[in-house]
Amino acid sequence: MAAPKLSITGLEKWFPSKSGPVQVLADINVELADNEFVSLVGASGCGKSTLLSIVAGLQDFDDGVVLIDGAPITGPGLDRGVVFQSYTLLPWLTAIENVEFALKAAGKSAGECRDIAREHIELVKLTRFADAYPAQLSGGMKQRVAIARALSYRPKMLLMDEPFGALDALTRHQMQELLTRIWEEHRLTVLFVTHDVEEAVYLSDRILAMSLHPGRISASFHVGLARPRTQDVISTADFIALQKDVLKAIRAGSQQAEELEA
Amino acid sequence: MADVKVNGKPAVKRRRSAFRIGEGLSRRAYVGIAGTVFAAFVLLWWASTASGLIKPIFLPGPDAVWVKMVALAADGTLWVDAGASLYRMMVGFLLASAMAIPVGVLIGCFRPWEAAIEPFVDFVRYMPVVAFVPLTILWAGTSDIQKFVIIWIGTFFQQVLMVMDNVKRVPPDFVGLGRTLGLSEFKILTRIVLPSSLPGIWDTLRISLGWAWTWLVLAELVAATSGLGYRITVSQRYFQTQTIIGYILFLGILGLITDQSMKALERVLFRYAARR
Ligand SMILES: Nc1ncnc2c1ncn2[C@@H]1O[C@H](COP(=O)(O)OP(=O)(O)OP(=O)(O)O)[C@@H](O)[C@H]1O
Ligand SMILES: [Mg+2]
Repeated sequence: MAAPKLSITGLEKWFPSKSGPVQVLADINVELADNEFVSLVGASGCGKSTLLSIVAGLQDFDDGVVLIDGAPITGPGLDRGVVFQSYTLLPWLTAIENVEFALKAAGKSAGECRDIAREHIELVKLTRFADAYPAQLSGGMKQRVAIARALSYRPKMLLMDEPFGALDALTRHQMQELLTRIWEEHRLTVLFVTHDVEEAVYLSDRILAMSLHPGRISASFHVGLARPRTQDVISTADFIALQKDVLKAIRAGSQQAEELEA
Repeated sequence: MADVKVNGKPAVKRRRSAFRIGEGLSRRAYVGIAGTVFAAFVLLWWASTASGLIKPIFLPGPDAVWVKMVALAADGTLWVDAGASLYRMMVGFLLASAMAIPVGVLIGCFRPWEAAIEPFVDFVRYMPVVAFVPLTILWAGTSDIQKFVIIWIGTFFQQVLMVMDNVKRVPPDFVGLGRTLGLSEFKILTRIVLPSSLPGIWDTLRISLGWAWTWLVLAELVAATSGLGYRITVSQRYFQTQTIIGYILFLGILGLITDQSMKALERVLFRYAARR
């Protein structure tokens, strides 16, 4: 077997609080193979965003090992593209300039920046809005630009934190198809946080369910559905059965926590 | 807007009240309402003086003030006074702003700097500026420098805290984005934090400009040999109430013009923030 793209072993994370430190992540062990699409699901507050931002290198952790391509992470870097839970387009730059901003940071020449940015704006079907400012874009459009920006400098890993969380069902489906297409074309390794189980099953090769207080990986599901997938797959029996199993795992994870608290 | 049908009949299209929270208003209506308030103010003033309700020695009528101001403008007094005051205000204000922006950005970004400076600035900020006037006269006489110092004391400390707030309002994920793009701390500061907080800083400057005027006139009232505040003090000595009122109104108009032009510039500079 090839070496994993991402390997997390024995990860622990504590946050300070008024009543002493609180453990948010406990004994997290995860491996992502190259080109694998893995979703992270779990109740709100279980530590999904925290885990993602640790992998992104934006947050420290208290114990454990996080390796990318076998090397420990030393901070954020251009090898990992991040799409944040909140909208992070810079408001003073147009859509295309936002993509160029990332390319410039990645050290591309001005000419290259223009071309690559245009190409990626086309990829997310926003050519008509290339010169619009973020204030003039809808939520879905903003996230599409953010995805274009994260892809533009060709990171080997894409870390996405509920990128479609704020979108309506229709736009969300369009974005999921777009993401699947891009992922199939570019063969990226994706770690995708969501609390929408249907979304997780539709997109992923594997789903990790997290339990609450402290956050642990409580179950792992292999998604055997054939690719390429279309929205039709959502109504198949296999899909629905898997969706139920994942939901049950999440419920069990949060119930256990409630009992502990009671 | 689509018509809603009730019992097969089109429902009456209702015009939304302008008094709904967040409801818009046309430019014409806005200017109209603002103009009416000004007109009402002048009218009330005129009525209370023309009717003899208030003696002209206390409050002269708008006509008398107007005639006096035209005369002062014609013989150049008004412009010399305004020029002297404008110069002092601008120097003092620019000095304060040029120092407050870097300091505010610094303490907004870095907690150790905040710990070093913020509580101290907060302490100085509550010292009465007025009490510094005699002290500054002792230090710098009645020169222009004394005016700069008073304006600086009155605006700098407020500006620092406001700029710090502007910087703190930069979304943390913007900084996170800069980090994931491998930008250095310095580049995150100049390419993300600064442009992101610029509209807020501009607002801070606009608001503190008003204070700079106030402190300047105060300084000129107490000790000066020229300027708008000086003229007001002199006029009081000779019971020239027309000049006092005229100059006060003139200061108001100056403030209105600077504030509105900064707002207009804001719309041009930060055009990107507008929806469509
Ligand atoms: N900076 C912080 N300081 C203290 N506690 C924090 C901090 N950030 C997160 N937490 C706590 O850690 C836990 C996990 O937070 P996290 O944001 O990772 O949850 P999440 O799974 O992403 O939730 P959601 O689905 O609502 O986004 C929460 O209980 C939260 O209160
Ligand atoms: Mg989250």
